[in-house]
Amino acid sequence: MNAYVVTVATLVAIQSIVACGLNVVVGYAGQISLGHAAFFGIGAYASALLTTKAGLTFWTALPLVIAITGLVGLLLGIPSLRVRDDFLAITTIGINFIVEAVFLYVPFFGGALGIGGIPRVTFFHVKMKGLPYLYLCLAFLALVLLVCRWFTRSWAGLACFALREDETAAASMGISPVRFKLLAFVLGTAMAGLGGALYAHFMRFISAGDFSFPVSVMLLSMVVLGGMGTLWGPTLGAVILVSLPELFRPLLEIRFLIYTLLLLLMIRFQPGGLLGEASLVRRVFSRLMPGKEAPR
Amino acid sequence: MHLFLEQLLNGVAIGSIYALVTLGLTLVYGILRILHVAHAAVYTVGAYLGLLFFKMSGSLLVGCAGAMAGCAVLGIAIERLVYFPLLKYPPYVPLIASIAILLALEEVCRLVAGPYILTFPAELPFPSLNLLGVDIPSSVMGILCITAGILAFLWFLTTRTETGLAMRAVSQDLTIADAMGINSHAVVSFTFAVGSAIAAVAGILVGIYYNQVYSTMGSVPAYKTLAIIVVGGLGSVPGAVAASLLLGIAETLLIGYAHIPLPRDALAFLAMIAVLMWRSEGLFGSR
Repeated sequence: MNAYVVTVATLVAIQSIVACGLNVVVGYAGQISLGHAAFFGIGAYASALLTTKAGLTFWTALPLVIAITGLVGLLLGIPSLRVRDDFLAITTIGINFIVEAVFLYVPFFGGALGIGGIPRVTFFHVKMKGLPYLYLCLAFLALVLLVCRWFTRSWAGLACFALREDETAAASMGISPVRFKLLAFVLGTAMAGLGGALYAHFMRFISAGDFSFPVSVMLLSMVVLGGMGTLWGPTLGAVILVSLPELFRPLLEIRFLIYTLLLLLMIRFQPGGLLGEASLVRRVFSRLMPGKEAPR
Repeated sequence: MHLFLEQLLNGVAIGSIYALVTLGLTLVYGILRILHVAHAAVYTVGAYLGLLFFKMSGSLLVGCAGAMAGCAVLGIAIERLVYFPLLKYPPYVPLIASIAILLALEEVCRLVAGPYILTFPAELPFPSLNLLGVDIPSSVMGILCITAGILAFLWFLTTRTETGLAMRAVSQDLTIADAMGINSHAVVSFTFAVGSAIAAVAGILVGIYYNQVYSTMGSVPAYKTLAIIVVGGLGSVPGAVAASLLLGIAETLLIGYAHIPLPRDALAFLAMIAVLMWRSEGLFGSR
């Protein structure tokens, strides 16, 4: 594999991790969030600051980063207890804009210059770059997918599904909306924090613009496109949405237009996602292999 | 005192423009319960069309009429081709579709008109005024008069005409309105046409006021107007107008007098989250 493919693949793996986190919030708990890039950014900034200013290594900083992002996720998840649906969508958009503004305007976060000189990840005194770093990201992605799988089969996951389907009915059965919504928020944002840390040490330079609102839109598009609430959906969405712009490079000027039009067509004709119920992929799969179920 | 009054006036002018963009959004939300983010793209297209027709004909009136007609068609196309078939899905599906439309239309504008900032060399045909020693430039006069005119027209349309009655009926309950013999789909399309035509006027006014037309001029309004309709109470027209004026004035005065370390665009969202946590139905909304 040449360096270009490795770079794109690494970005796909990192975005998959973040999209999986968003899937926990949106797909499993049914809380729409259009501000997930904020948590991605909080993870990246936390890791960057802890390694450049506090002198920690990536590995010692990582638990702290995940804890910080999860904690902020807990705080910012509180609005989801007050508002629902459209209101929650707009609130999370607002959170994204405010977090981005804080990164951009507070000198502690590097301001408009961003943070540079973020050290590479070392593993037993070997600096990881290129292919080894891709493997590291893939290992973390596998871990995240395992956690997602475990979550959907746990009691807490079932409680979240119940809340997603009908909050009032679930609450009347003794499932606490507060507890499980916040649990989903903490888990989802912690995954975004992990993705952010991996991103910061991969790019080695971050600025507020990397975590702006369009990134949130992209992340939600990945989840919706792949199939909300499915296990593999966010990863499939990340593969498609990160690699498409690269494949369209020969189209030069109009590549972003084609990309947005494709997104529009997909959401217009496959709103359940590629791996969702009654989707095209699922129908083709059952035609080709009758009696077997497509992966989800 | 003079400076304060002039700042206040600028705030009202900016608030009026917010109000014009927000009106279409509120009408659409009231009738379809869709967050029509792509409305800001309609506003951008309106500014470009207005500039195009103005350059071709030399008359601002022709430019304005052409832009309004073009945007009305665009609005109806968005509603018929994208939103209506997606109504049966959860609200995030039309929302993502709307964001995709916004980005696609911005790209179309950039590709067709080029990635430069164009100037809008037109004068609004309104006199400048000197009121109690405060100068009101003709552009501000124009914005204030046109906004007032459009608001009066909307008030007349929704409260004094049969079409307005149908609009209100559809926004209360689409299915029941259908059952009462109202062609609800036509009413929805009409609402989109009106909202989009108003957005075109807003685009042209912004273009003239700042003397700038560019493809991403809708990016910030796209999300800021969402914050405004939440503060005003989703779907409430008077609430949206009041919230727009309030935000326009607050932004100008706070930036002028208080030194806040955040950009003015973040202010709208801070106000919005505060309002949501305190009164989640918005300032003027009702449960």
